[in-house]
Amino acid sequence: MNRSSTDNWPAVREASRKALPPAVLDFIEECREREHPKSALIAVLHRVQDECGHLGRDQLNAVAQLLQVPTARVYGAATFYHFFRLRPRGRFLISVCLGTACYVKGADQVNRRLMEELGVGLGETTADGLFSLETTRCLGTCGLAPVIMINDNVHGPLKPDDIPGLLERYIQRARKEEAGGKT
Amino acid sequence: MKTDQGNSESATVRLTIDGQRVEVPDGSVVLQAAEKIGIKIPRLCYHPDLSLEGACRVCIVEVEGIDFYVASCSVPVREGMVVATNSPAIRRARRDIVELLLDNHPRDCQTCERDGNCELQNLAYAMGVRERLFEGRRKNPTADESGSAVVRHPEKCILCGRCVRVCSEIQGVFNLSQHYRGFNTVVGPAELGPMDESVCIQCGQCINVCPTAAFLEKNNTEAVWAALADPEVHVVVQTAPSIRAAIGEGFGLPVGTPATGKMITALRRLGFDAVFDTNLGADLTIVEEAHELVRRLEGGGPLPLLTSCSPGWINFLEKFYPELIEHASTCKSPMSMLSTLVREYYAPRHKIDPKRIFSVAVMPCVAKKYEAARPEHLAPDGRPYTDAVLTTRELIWMIQCYGIDFSRLPNDLFDRPLGLSSGAGDIFGTTGGVTEAALRTAAEMVGGETVGRIEFLSVRGVEGLKEAPVRLGDKELLVAVANGLNNAKRALEAAAAGRRRYHLVEVMACPGGCIGGGGQPYPPRGTKILDPEILQRRAAALYQIDDNKQLRRSHDNPAVKELYADFLGRPGGEVSHRLLHTEYRAREPRGIR
Repeated sequence: MNRSSTDNWPAVREASRKALPPAVLDFIEECREREHPKSALIAVLHRVQDECGHLGRDQLNAVAQLLQVPTARVYGAATFYHFFRLRPRGRFLISVCLGTACYVKGADQVNRRLMEELGVGLGETTADGLFSLETTRCLGTCGLAPVIMINDNVHGPLKPDDIPGLLERYIQRARKEEAGGKT
Repeated sequence: MKTDQGNSESATVRLTIDGQRVEVPDGSVVLQAAEKIGIKIPRLCYHPDLSLEGACRVCIVEVEGIDFYVASCSVPVREGMVVATNSPAIRRARRDIVELLLDNHPRDCQTCERDGNCELQNLAYAMGVRERLFEGRRKNPTADESGSAVVRHPEKCILCGRCVRVCSEIQGVFNLSQHYRGFNTVVGPAELGPMDESVCIQCGQCINVCPTAAFLEKNNTEAVWAALADPEVHVVVQTAPSIRAAIGEGFGLPVGTPATGKMITALRRLGFDAVFDTNLGADLTIVEEAHELVRRLEGGGPLPLLTSCSPGWINFLEKFYPELIEHASTCKSPMSMLSTLVREYYAPRHKIDPKRIFSVAVMPCVAKKYEAARPEHLAPDGRPYTDAVLTTRELIWMIQCYGIDFSRLPNDLFDRPLGLSSGAGDIFGTTGGVTEAALRTAAEMVGGETVGRIEFLSVRGVEGLKEAPVRLGDKELLVAVANGLNNAKRALEAAAAGRRRYHLVEVMACPGGCIGGGGQPYPPRGTKILDPEILQRRAAALYQIDDNKQLRRSHDNPAVKELYADFLGRPGGEVSHRLLHTEYRAREPRGIR
């Protein structure tokens, strides 16, 4: 049969390759050489999130094309697992511990105050892209209950009224880093 | 896992169901064994043509030795098995299961499009759900009404997964998937985005297999009512071949009753000013396409020629196989040919201002709604040649709404000249029909013998893909006929890999062809959608109409001859090329094959 110039595959492939970092492209290539490349979908999504921080629309579509897994299925997998993030995460990820000890010590009030101060719900990110809010189970620092983690730092024990000051420290830090980056 | 009963092994298994002994092929499931002795276990997510889902749990039964209820759709039969399908406890459990399905379902039956045709409603009644005891949390997923052909109402979805399966297993499109999980699960296209921006090919089979109204065609009846009520507007209607073979089902006539005459009377009573026949468009398509085939056989273009009348298939070609676009016939679909002629030929001949014309097409097809809106099918003034497309279901509803007693209507005839057609046009509605019609005319063009009814042989193991050698003049052709796009895929892959040297490949997107289209009537209560027997009876109605016609070949149709003599010139000529042909292009998102 004639395969004519109406074929858009080269263009689609090129656009897909542009949407993904080289490390992910290499990994997809590696998967394609193995048996059952489609079963590598979740592993590929992990790589994308590692490299890009989240799974964006362009990245998911690109994975679908390059791995030849239907796009609807790629989205099905990406939305099924809590681990995958479809939106960019904030610069500071706040994880509120809702383990038993923290909960008994008032984590819920801390959590509510965080939502109030930030103006976002759980799983959301502030409009300025600074903070994302999530909950987590026991962080293993029950002696400090109630605790939250902001990126890799543990803060506790906390009272709701500590929240504004704590957030302010991170905002100042971000400002300083930005100013530093500019000079 | 497929559950076809066509098991090649002769081994059988004997079991007892409700005290009756039954012998079935090994590999059957309990539900199928029960059917054999007249026990129809209630079911919902099960469909014999689709893979097993086992999601709804409605078909539970008791099996001796197992101390919990099992889903009879997914339990294979075993020698000596003892099954009970009924006991007060089972019936109560089934009722509770259906009641829980309803718990998260809107209470809007009276205002729902599928009121009276809803499998969930029928099931709830049959199971004896008479009150709703549970009042739980509701999910409120966002509806998508943006589609030009298919709209989505996920709040009505009960997660049976039939649409996901038909879209992937029958159509090979894989546009639908379950998103999120648990209580928040929603079925839809990638990203739950707008239907028209997905890889959806608009065939509407998701609408057909949905037990509720989670998928529906875009309703276009309002625009048609408005045009009919406006005395300034000249409202023209055309009906596709498959409508006459199925419309009677909406009014209690047996499946497969040809109802051409009553349908025409009903359309006149609704107030249409002229009633034309898409079959004439089909006759023209045949003449143009046969001409194209003969020209290509003589070395003027790529082979195989791919037919182009099924808009779902054309969408599939553009999204999934764009590299094969130049194989496709450039013929517009019969609908678009006829709509073009209504504006360009009928209006000036009858001194009607084309601006006053409102052109309606009644189609068995949901994708035709999308086709009508394509920029390629706009008239030079920017309006679409086809102003509104109604499905068979929508027309049935309009006739009911108007208070017309369809079954008692007298017969009437189509208006001339755009209503005169040959039998070749009628059989366009069923798989294989386009090929047969085209070869009747192509044979004449090459001066060969008339081609009779073609006996297609199934390609090994595939019901929906058939092929046949056909003698055309001094040439031996190999033609393939596919219905259901997974079967089209098989034919295309075989041709691309050089395993088959087809000359002509006919593709109809829907199972059985247009008679099984996404816009056809929902099956009568108690029968299943896509039932081969329903499709066969509708097809038989079309063949019966064809057999009863004097005119059997498209090019013998006097209306066709007159059109070419007065207006179009010759097949494949300048005028017909401008008005009756179209073009295709690769479209994104590109489908994953």
